[in-house]
Amino acid sequence: MTAPVAAVFDPALPWQKARSVALRPEPFGALVYHFGNRKLSFLKSKMLVAVVTSLAEHPSAEATLVACGVPETQRSSYLKALADLARSQMIELRSAS
Amino acid sequence: MTAVLPSRPTAPQRPVGGRLIDQFEYGLDAPICLTWELTYACNLACAHCLSSSGRRDPRELSTAEAEAVIDELQRMQVFYVNVGGGEPTVRPDFWHLLDYAIGHDVGVKFSTNGIKLDKTRAAQLARTDYVDVQISLDGATAEVNDRVRGTGSYATAIRALENLAEAGMKDFKVSVVVTRENAGQLDAFKALTDSFGAQLRITRLRPSGRGADVWDELHPTMAQQKDLYQWLLANGDGVLTGDSFFHLSAFGEALPGLNLCGAGRVVCLIDPVGDVYACPFAIHENFLAGNVRDEGGFQRVWQSSELFADLRNPQTGGACTKCAHFDACRGGCMAAKFFTGLPLDGPDPECVQGYGETALAARDLELVTPRSHIDHSHTGPVRGQPTLLGMPAVPPAKICDESPLAGFPGA
Ligand code: SF4
Ligand code: SF4
Repeated sequence: MTAPVAAVFDPALPWQKARSVALRPEPFGALVYHFGNRKLSFLKSKMLVAVVTSLAEHPSAEATLVACGVPETQRSSYLKALADLARSQMIELRSAS
Repeated sequence: MTAVLPSRPTAPQRPVGGRLIDQFEYGLDAPICLTWELTYACNLACAHCLSSSGRRDPRELSTAEAEAVIDELQRMQVFYVNVGGGEPTVRPDFWHLLDYAIGHDVGVKFSTNGIKLDKTRAAQLARTDYVDVQISLDGATAEVNDRVRGTGSYATAIRALENLAEAGMKDFKVSVVVTRENAGQLDAFKALTDSFGAQLRITRLRPSGRGADVWDELHPTMAQQKDLYQWLLANGDGVLTGDSFFHLSAFGEALPGLNLCGAGRVVCLIDPVGDVYACPFAIHENFLAGNVRDEGGFQRVWQSSELFADLRNPQTGGACTKCAHFDACRGGCMAAKFFTGLPLDGPDPECVQGYGETALAARDLELVTPRSHIDHSHTGPVRGQPTLLGMPAVPPAKICDESPLAGFPGA
């Protein structure tokens, strides 16, 4: 299997939940599983779940945070969480289509 | 069913936010570490078998019933299962169930002694995505391994490893239960595993199943636990542990991973007859939550059984909560305490602060440790039977055995 290279996270670009990733709702947020690299990760708040699932509907990660109503003071920690998810290939860059 | 845990004040509410480990104490909607033992049948008779396996149980799930369980796991989004036994590959429908699970988004990690992994099967596995194979080996040399697992079992495992490596299989594992007899072989295990391009996985010996009969003799000494802890700190990155050594965190720095007992919270077992237990190391009626054949199936058992509800609370009382290391060690392993007759809210029998030894010594002389009534051990002699049983106790190690060259020609 040729694993795609994890993209460097740029919040100004369009992202989406990776296609080989499944999301399982849990009382605290969600569990995310990557069927390709078999990594398991956790989304520790319902807000973060909303952000990850709606990434695909917005022109950029930054725009997604605004649309989901993430308070300004928390945006940097959400961007950090998204960068971690990009590193573990749970989210991927969306090519313009 | 009566509560198996010390009764607690009314259940506290799940916190919002905070650390994951605190969330896990309250359980999840579906397990993340589900073990499924497909059969109690096994060609071997390992002295420490956690499930007292040997003979097939006539009530084992049929192919259709096993498929129905997989369908349910897919619906619950259980993304992978740890398949074991007994020896799972001796089930004639094993390869079919493997394909069926993978075809239904349920990845499979299976543990085997290697008996069926010939070149053809190894090539088949190498072609299959979403399957992980673990070959069990409890000694880095035939001498140490075969004493516990039986004559010829080392050779079988090595042949399976050779076949997997030759077939180009990636990421397969060598799975070791750390005992008093192999604790000094960790570097040798690592070298052996590396030589096959495999990954080493080491886990803790618990006094479960036949393990209860040999635990006194085989569980690592305190000095070995200390060495193991240091070894894990130094080599942890390249070695899997299933987070099973979290009680060692009480030596100081916490080991990486989830340091809590996940029984009934994030962990459970489906046994070959469909019974659901809180943990694969807790096959005992006190930890039996239901059966997948019951109405509502596995999901109902996982989400609504009284036993699991009872386990899904943080521990608030007991001697351990007063210990300075409680946050790292959480009182250790529930199964290890239970099968050694210790209270579940007290220290682990292998508590690295020494409280376990004290508690073991203070047990009532009349105490009969709990035994599981579920035993599928072979009743007659088995070919290559382990020599550990029925042998005089291991003589105390000689000082000269500590020499790294001991046993080598010319040393
Ligand atoms: S009972 Fe022991 S083996 Fe089972 S989940 Fe708890 S700590 Fe792990
Ligand atoms: S007393 Fe309990 S919490 Fe403390 S180290 Fe021992 S087992 Fe762990």
